[in-house]
Amino acid sequence: MDRRLLLAGFAASTVAIATRATAVGEPRRIPVVARKFVFIPSEITVRKGESVVLEFTAPEVVMGFFAPALGLRALIVPGEVARVPFTAGAAGRFDFLCDVFCGDGHEGMSGHLVVQP
Amino acid sequence: MPAHFDRRDFLRLAGVGAGVVFASGLPGCASMAAAPGSDFHFVQLSDSHWGFEGAAVNPEAKTTLKRAVAEVNALASPPDFIVFTGDLTHTTDDPQERRKRLREFKAIVADLDVRDLRFIPGEHDASLDRGAAFQEFFGPTHYAFDHRGVHFIALDNVSDPAARVGDEQLAWLAADLGTLDKDAPIVLFTHRPLFDLAPQWDWATRDGEQVVAQLMPHANVTVFYGHIHQEHHHQTGHIAHHAATSLIFPLPAPGSQPQRTPVKWDASQPFRGLGWREVERRGAAGYAIDQHAVKGG
Repeated sequence: MDRRLLLAGFAASTVAIATRATAVGEPRRIPVVARKFVFIPSEITVRKGESVVLEFTAPEVVMGFFAPALGLRALIVPGEVARVPFTAGAAGRFDFLCDVFCGDGHEGMSGHLVVQP
Repeated sequence: MPAHFDRRDFLRLAGVGAGVVFASGLPGCASMAAAPGSDFHFVQLSDSHWGFEGAAVNPEAKTTLKRAVAEVNALASPPDFIVFTGDLTHTTDDPQERRKRLREFKAIVADLDVRDLRFIPGEHDASLDRGAAFQEFFGPTHYAFDHRGVHFIALDNVSDPAARVGDEQLAWLAADLGTLDKDAPIVLFTHRPLFDLAPQWDWATRDGEQVVAQLMPHANVTVFYGHIHQEHHHQTGHIAHHAATSLIFPLPAPGSQPQRTPVKWDASQPFRGLGWREVERRGAAGYAIDQHAVKGG
C-alpha cells in the first residue's frame, strides 16, 4: 500500500473518531417553537447535571424567552435560531415566559422547565 | 380607624419613606383640595383597556370607563390635571382597529371636565407598532412638564416590546434631571414598574434599574404607574412607587399564583377592585393618595 494513502486513511479515521467523540460529548439539543401564544413544547424536561442547548425559533413575530429563576433569557427573531446553553444545577420546576409583547394572549404565554433529580 | 380621625393626624402618622403619605379610603377625603395645606391635586386613571371583551371578567366593559369619567366630573373640587398611565386600549393585531379604539377612547375622555389631560401608553397601546398609533392621537410618548413647583416626567417603558426605556430616552432623562436641583420635587409617570416587582409575570422594566440609578441622587422622587391592575406601594431606597387600580379587571397579587390571570367578575360585588385615585400634593409632606372605587349604581 502506498504510504501516503495509508497516512491519509489513518488521518481520516482519526477525524471520524474525533467527530464521534465530540458528538457523544455534545449537549442535547432541544428545539422549542415560540408561536402566538404558546411555547411548543411548553414543558421541557432535563436531568440534573445534564447540559442542553435550547434552540428557539419563532415563525410569526419576534418573541422572548425568559426564565428568571435560572437567569436564562433570549430574543427569538423569525428566521434565526436562538440558542440558549444550559446545565441544570438543581432539581425543580422553573417557570419561563415570553417577555416580548406579542399580542392579545401574550400574558398567558409561558411554560416550565423541569429539572429531574 | 375611627371615622372622626383627623385627616391631618393621619397624614402625620402614616408618613413613610420620603414623606409620602397615604389617605386611601379615609372618610371625609372626597374633597382633597379643600384640605388645609394642600398645594394641588391631580387624578390618575389607568388601564382602561378600551375594546376588551370578556363577560367573565367584566360584563360592563363598555361602561366602566364612562362611569369613572362621570365620577371624576362629580368631584367637589376638580383636579388640576388628569393623567392616564397607559393601556388606554386593549391590544389588537389590526392597525385600523387599534386606531378605532384609540379614537373611541379619546372621545370618551373628552367628556372629562378638566382640560389638562396627560397620557402615556401601555404595552397594549404601543408595543405592536412602537407607539405609532398612540402618537397620532396623543403626541409624544415621553415628555416633562412643570406644575406649581413640581417637575413631572412621563417615561415610556412600553413602545419597545421588550420593555426597555432605551438608551435614547435614558439620555433624555439624564439631560432633563440635570437641569434640576437635587432637592426639587419630582414625579414620574410610567406604565410598567421600574423595579422587579414580579419578573416571572413580566412585571418589570428591563432597564428600570438604570432609571432608578439616575433618580437616586434626587431627594424627592415619587413614581406613579399602572400595568398591574391593583394598588401597590413599594420603596427603592427613598423613592416611592405607587401602582394604580385598573378600569377593566383586577389582577392577582404579585406572584401569588402561577399565572397572572384576571380576577373574575363577582356579580355580588360588581366593579370590585376597579377604580381611580386622587393624588394631593402637600408640600414637603409629600403626597396623599385617595383611592376611589368605581360605583356599581
